[in-house]
Amino acid sequence: MDQFIQQMVNGISLGSIYALIALGYTMVYGIIKLINFAHGDVYMIGAYIGFAATTYAQLGFFPALIISMASCAVLGMVIERVAYKPLRASTRIAVLITAIGMSLLLEYVMMFFVGAEVRSYPKLLSSETFHLGNVVINMQQIYIVATAIALMILLQFIVHKTKTGKAMRAVSIDQDAAQLMGIKVDNTISFTFAVGSAFAGAAGVLVGIYYNSIDPLMGIMPGLKAFIAAVFGGIGNIPGAMIGGVTIGIMETLVSGYGNSMYRDAVVFAFLIIILILKPSGLLGKNIREKV
Amino acid sequence: MKALSKRNLMILGGLLLFYAAVQVLIITGILNPFYEITLATICINIILAVSLNLVTGFTGQFSLGHAGFMSIGAYVGAIINMQMNSMTGFLAGIFAGALAAAVVGILIGIPTLRLKGDYLAIATLGMAEIIRVVFLNLEITNGAAGLNGIPRFTNWTWLFLFTAAAVILINNFIRSSQGRACISIREDEIAAESMGINTTKYKVMAFAVGAFFAGIAGALYSSYFYFLKPGLFGFLKSIDILVIVVLGGMGSVTGSVIAAVLLALITTFLQAFTEIRMILYAALLVIIMIFRPKGIMGTKEITDMFRFRFGNKEERLQ
Amino acid sequence: MPLLKVEKLTKSFGGLTAVSNVNMSIEKGELVGLIGPNGAGKTTVFNLLTGVYVPSSGNILFEKGTVEEEKKIIELGGLKPYNVTKQGLARTFQNIRLFKDLTVLDNVRIAMHQNVHYGMFTSFFRFNKFYQEEKQMLSEAEKLLDIFHLKDKKDELAKNLPYGEQRHLEIARALATRPSLLLLDEPAAGMNPKETAALTELIKWIRKEFDLTILLIEHDMSLVMKICERIYVLDYGMLIASGKPEEIRSNKRVIEAYLGEENSNA
Repeated sequence: MDQFIQQMVNGISLGSIYALIALGYTMVYGIIKLINFAHGDVYMIGAYIGFAATTYAQLGFFPALIISMASCAVLGMVIERVAYKPLRASTRIAVLITAIGMSLLLEYVMMFFVGAEVRSYPKLLSSETFHLGNVVINMQQIYIVATAIALMILLQFIVHKTKTGKAMRAVSIDQDAAQLMGIKVDNTISFTFAVGSAFAGAAGVLVGIYYNSIDPLMGIMPGLKAFIAAVFGGIGNIPGAMIGGVTIGIMETLVSGYGNSMYRDAVVFAFLIIILILKPSGLLGKNIREKV
Repeated sequence: MKALSKRNLMILGGLLLFYAAVQVLIITGILNPFYEITLATICINIILAVSLNLVTGFTGQFSLGHAGFMSIGAYVGAIINMQMNSMTGFLAGIFAGALAAAVVGILIGIPTLRLKGDYLAIATLGMAEIIRVVFLNLEITNGAAGLNGIPRFTNWTWLFLFTAAAVILINNFIRSSQGRACISIREDEIAAESMGINTTKYKVMAFAVGAFFAGIAGALYSSYFYFLKPGLFGFLKSIDILVIVVLGGMGSVTGSVIAAVLLALITTFLQAFTEIRMILYAALLVIIMIFRPKGIMGTKEITDMFRFRFGNKEERLQ
Repeated sequence: MPLLKVEKLTKSFGGLTAVSNVNMSIEKGELVGLIGPNGAGKTTVFNLLTGVYVPSSGNILFEKGTVEEEKKIIELGGLKPYNVTKQGLARTFQNIRLFKDLTVLDNVRIAMHQNVHYGMFTSFFRFNKFYQEEKQMLSEAEKLLDIFHLKDKKDELAKNLPYGEQRHLEIARALATRPSLLLLDEPAAGMNPKETAALTELIKWIRKEFDLTILLIEHDMSLVMKICERIYVLDYGMLIASGKPEEIRSNKRVIEAYLGEENSNA
């Protein structure tokens, strides 16, 4: 039983990270129907920025977090302007391929500049651990979950209580109508990318602290899994992405813990295929019919 | 017998000439082993690109898992090849590998091809990853260490034969009623269904045919490069093939051939600068999609350029 | 037994009932109209008949076969669209759904695919059968295009045709599936009176030439009143009237349903 709770604790930490990344995917998909393959790499760059901030500038956790989030927000907006905006009228395959290209570009450019070796984050948080019976919870996990929850609450506030949030919701329902109502669609899209990317950046820093190691290709797998989480929760649905992220995190930890960790990735992918076949609109999403 | 028309005989003649010319270059040693490797890569990539183009370019089903089928062909082919260690074993391996890939293609295709666009892309990617993880954990494939010392039977003759066969057969399929059915699915799936096309059947058919030829490519690969491991056939390999298809033009067989040659040459000449090459590759992908999403050939074929010489395609049929 | 018998056909989407308890009966060779205000559910009925939607309840019975001994009654509800077409129903679309980037000829040849005999292997290896059938298909397609004055444009991309010719191509394509029942969804939409008159003659002609039964959705009353032998009127998903054109024209409920629209008199 203790083992199970321990796995759950680990799973929730991991899941919180997936949730933060998944939020970016789901928001972007909701607003322009694009699977932003480059999102996982923004997360990676966030981790590196955090690394630079803490290792070279000797900054603490919160400053590093803020800097990383801000930089990633800018990066996300730039990527959108440069690569996705020109293709707003293109076929879905075209944009998807561009997103893939963007993802590869970010990975290889990083590899060129920082090398492919793994880097380690300096020790930022205390190594305090808490014991609940036989279950161990360490400080980093608490920080991860707390940060994730704080950011998610912030997001809910933005989306439901601000004018920009309203604009985001409007554009994701009907871009043309929103424009006719006077909403600046381009700015709204940029804002969405900014927020989503900032969250990815935060996740990057948190991962750097938790797992300690970062490398240029670290974004691929978490990116895919976070996408799967977003699909599970209902792509375009924000609470869905949060639920999805935590679910995938728990699933992965349980498979590693009780089963064969080699099959960990395969299980998550198999899960995706099952969702897509059984309920492609996900947990909280809705089915959209094509009008004939 | 229309197959032996004047035009087809000319094409056959041209192909034979080309084959002989290269064979001579190899035998006399003018074409050194380094370039031989490039040639092998080109041929294998042509087969991969043309088969992926059938699925993604002509039928409109976005598949990011093509490398998975290649790996099935490679492993099945290698295992049979290693067991029998003979020309027969080599050929049986190719055929079995291709068949295995096609069967998996059908099994995967039936449930997933009802998905559209981005979802299909991710599902196929997932499938390829699952295949990779399975190979990573099986005893017969030797897991992460991979297979070593695969007997080398792939040579220019076999490469040429299989590449030419792949291009010709896939082209024949495309310019047939079945091919038109597949293309109609790309154009407008609902209209195609309403015109009597069983879209699921033809999507799966295109998928399976694509998988079959990817399997051939994989088996040829394994018997040329002696060494296999699951990591070779991951997501990045699928992207590699996709870049060739996109660059050449989704919907042009000629384009895939040209792009395969072009990219293999670029890879070879930028051999020393691997990192820059990868950056260029990725940038190329983004730039093509923004400025020339049709790729080099769009949906045109090389025969379209000679139309005024050979007369209208339909008249030639008569 | 009529060619098509629709019994209590109903379709609901979640809480919304688009089509409710519709009954229709169409005899072989008839030319029947389906009219009603916008949003009445006419295209939904077509979609139900052709398998694009699955009925929530009700039956769609179709008599397949030409020879008396071979006639079978098929339930179309629940069949996939390609299967419905195989049984002998073909349709055109309200918003043209041609294969825009393909040639006029290919648009027609694709619709002929379900009747092609040669299989995948023949395509790969180009046995004689391939060339023979292709030649046959080409001539059949050209003959069909000729009727619609599109033969000369057979190598043009469908998207490059003027609007009226695109509508003609839609009909030609549907005919290429060799249907016994043809469903036309607003074939005269966007046409001027001269074009509509020409279309009216064309529809009459193809009915005779191809031995067709035709069900037609239209808003243009001049067309409907001129050629339809019987008319069904739909409003809010329900059948509110059916009968001969003269009866419908003076039917109070029908006029009410169209109140505010200009087309209550031909």
